[in-house]
Amino acid sequence: MHVSRPKGTALVALLLALALAAVVSGCGVTRDSDDPSNRRLRMMIPNSVGGGYDLTGRAAARALEDNDLTGRFEITNVQGASGTVAMQRLVNEKGADDLMMLMGLGVVGAVYTNKSSATPLKMTPIARLVEEQEGILVPADSPFETIDDLVVAWREDPGGLAVGGGSSNGGPDHLFPMQLADAIGVDPTQVNYISYDGGGPLTTALLGAKIDVGMSGLGEFEGQIEDGKLRVLAVSGAERLDGIDAPTLTEAGVDLVFTNWRGVLAPPGISDAQRDYLTELLTEMHDTDEWRDALEANGWTDNFATGQEFEDFLAEQDDRVADTLKELGLA
Amino acid sequence: MDLLLDGFQTALTPENLLFAALGVLLGTAVGVLPGIGPAMTLALLLPVTYSVGADSAIIMFAGIYYGGMYGGSTTSILLNTPGESSSVITAIEGNKMAKAGRAAQALATAAIGSFVAGSIATVLLWIVTPQVADIVVTLGSPSYFALMVLALFAVTAVLGASKLRGFIGLFLGLAIGLVGTSTGQARLTFGEPLLADGIDIVVVAVALFAIGEALWVAAHLRRKPLEIIPVGQPWMSREDWGRSWKPWLRGTAFGFPFGALPAGGAELPTFLSYATEKKLSKHPEEFGRGAIEGVAGPEAANNASAAGTLVPLLALGLPTTATAAIMLVALQGYGFQTGPTLMDDHPDLVWGLLASLFVANALLLVLNLPMAPLWAKLLRIPRPYLYAGILFFASLGAYSVNFQAFDLALLLVIGVLGFFMRRFGIPVLPLIIGVILGPKLEEQLTTALKISQGDVSTLWSEPVAVVVYVVMALLLVAMAVAGLRRPAAAEHSPAADADDTDEKELVER
Repeated sequence: MHVSRPKGTALVALLLALALAAVVSGCGVTRDSDDPSNRRLRMMIPNSVGGGYDLTGRAAARALEDNDLTGRFEITNVQGASGTVAMQRLVNEKGADDLMMLMGLGVVGAVYTNKSSATPLKMTPIARLVEEQEGILVPADSPFETIDDLVVAWREDPGGLAVGGGSSNGGPDHLFPMQLADAIGVDPTQVNYISYDGGGPLTTALLGAKIDVGMSGLGEFEGQIEDGKLRVLAVSGAERLDGIDAPTLTEAGVDLVFTNWRGVLAPPGISDAQRDYLTELLTEMHDTDEWRDALEANGWTDNFATGQEFEDFLAEQDDRVADTLKELGLA
Repeated sequence: MDLLLDGFQTALTPENLLFAALGVLLGTAVGVLPGIGPAMTLALLLPVTYSVGADSAIIMFAGIYYGGMYGGSTTSILLNTPGESSSVITAIEGNKMAKAGRAAQALATAAIGSFVAGSIATVLLWIVTPQVADIVVTLGSPSYFALMVLALFAVTAVLGASKLRGFIGLFLGLAIGLVGTSTGQARLTFGEPLLADGIDIVVVAVALFAIGEALWVAAHLRRKPLEIIPVGQPWMSREDWGRSWKPWLRGTAFGFPFGALPAGGAELPTFLSYATEKKLSKHPEEFGRGAIEGVAGPEAANNASAAGTLVPLLALGLPTTATAAIMLVALQGYGFQTGPTLMDDHPDLVWGLLASLFVANALLLVLNLPMAPLWAKLLRIPRPYLYAGILFFASLGAYSVNFQAFDLALLLVIGVLGFFMRRFGIPVLPLIIGVILGPKLEEQLTTALKISQGDVSTLWSEPVAVVVYVVMALLLVAMAVAGLRRPAAAEHSPAADADDTDEKELVER
């Protein structure tokens, strides 16, 4: 008696799991071959599930799928060396006409710090999708009330200010304080940067006042900011952020505009027609309601760009990152 | 209290009960597959859940979380293939029990222990979450460093009969832990970007346990008579209960606080629990040969720490594990403002989740306990087929961590290392602990020293750190006194390692 019931449950479990798997993979059965929703594409994400690239990539794929612009995406998370491994794989897929890879500023930096030959400029640029401002965060009882207080203290004792960030060397939270230090006349090699494994551990360090200041995108800190446990001294973009009571750096007299951005690349060696097709696809995706909702839900700022504009931007970012990291002896 | 009752009302609607059951089953199924953890499952299911209500989705996630933790221990015990780093310790005694025909007992003590620990931890969650949240963030790197040193100290208890071999294992583990770019400089990566993030602990554990063992069995298959593993009693005996309940409670006591600490992790309490049980056991000679305490304690610790991770998540909006991070994303996807205000703004959701954790835990027990004897029968499969299956599972698991063929090569190389470790009687556990602890220890030390700009006194600047060092000093003194009192007894300890026995067998042949 004991034996038959669990067997039945196991079977039900298996069926349910299979049914769910079918829903997840969304088996599109026989359809017209001209129908765009019949076209299966692959998307490569250069970090783990739940990270920034992952959320952006999956939101874009979902907007495309739900509007029948494409069929179901095959999404793979290729982790390793902050995206360097994924970039190498993109090179290896040279000429593949069904693959897109999500990337961004952090990947540009990681390619340098890991001394990889798979650089972004070798790939086929498709589109820039979103940008996120960096915020300068301090604990509620910090002596720094304004960005000026911070600048004064930092200039006085460059190494004495513990600056935390949620990314490893070459990532946006590392590049930003280095460029900020440079902009206010502090030697970047003197900056005491402490790298945390993402926003969670960084929040902990800030709440416990283990570090003096944190630099990161603000999405993961909204709750703490609203609650008054953390304060924002300034944001790094060209314009103020909605809902955040803090000036931009330029308003505060620091000549620096810095944003973390994410975009899409395709493998090298694809045809112009294929590049145009992918560009067109993402342009259509950009106009969907699903994408607009995703932008709003995640607090991303739209900065869509394609073609020559994105290509030039990529080259300019690559230069700037290389300069910063070379100065630090990391590239 | 009213809030809690409301929570149960939410969790116990037929619809939500169904979602909880579905989550538990899915979680167990996924936990059984090594390499695909609960975090991956949640991420895959995330798009699906947006079409059901927030409370149902969160309740299903709770089920997946607990189910995944439990499923991981099943493969550890039966196949010596831990699916998660937190169930590595379970494999050590659990698989030995299974081979001695006590798989059903091992599975049962794991299931009941998980239930007991999960329930106690859930109650603790109800009580302490609002108060404790502000305290946990005051712990910094010096405190964590002290706790890791304590764990390293505890390792001496699991070194095995031969201290030399134990230390060889530990240093091999620390060496493997050095691989990667954790300090910003690439170390032992040989220019290979795939090594830049270090070697995944799941790959190391699966290789040492499953591959090493399969090679060992293959090397002996023709020389040893084929022994069928006895199935034995299907249920836990009175003695098993008597030997399990204390480890369950002690495991819970280790697991919950470590889970609640933002950098505590789920592995540390499991091997602190293992070391404690080995020290306290009335049957220390059974450790290494299948001691039920060695399964009961770590399994309880593992589950209690899973509940503990919800403390910073719910109270502060701080995700401390990958699974918790996805749950946070899910909450945000439903438009909830996560952070310190979540408990005040959405008490119904939080208490519903806490109640459903309890429900998921109970469901897990009801669904899995009757399965234990069934699972145990799996081991009656003739060895060549059984090990072929284990090899397949192990490779699948290692591959699915990252979908890299490179990991398969690593798996084989470390598997061969595992084979030779058995040949020379080097215990595996110190190595595993070295791999896990080494990088964490280093990370906390560098962070602490970076913040203090190289001032070493920062290491004892936090009260928790001071307390830990004092406890360690007292333990050292106690050990020295005990050692003086009976110097000969330690030398001829009956707790010879099973690995040593294997080696002797080989030499005799």
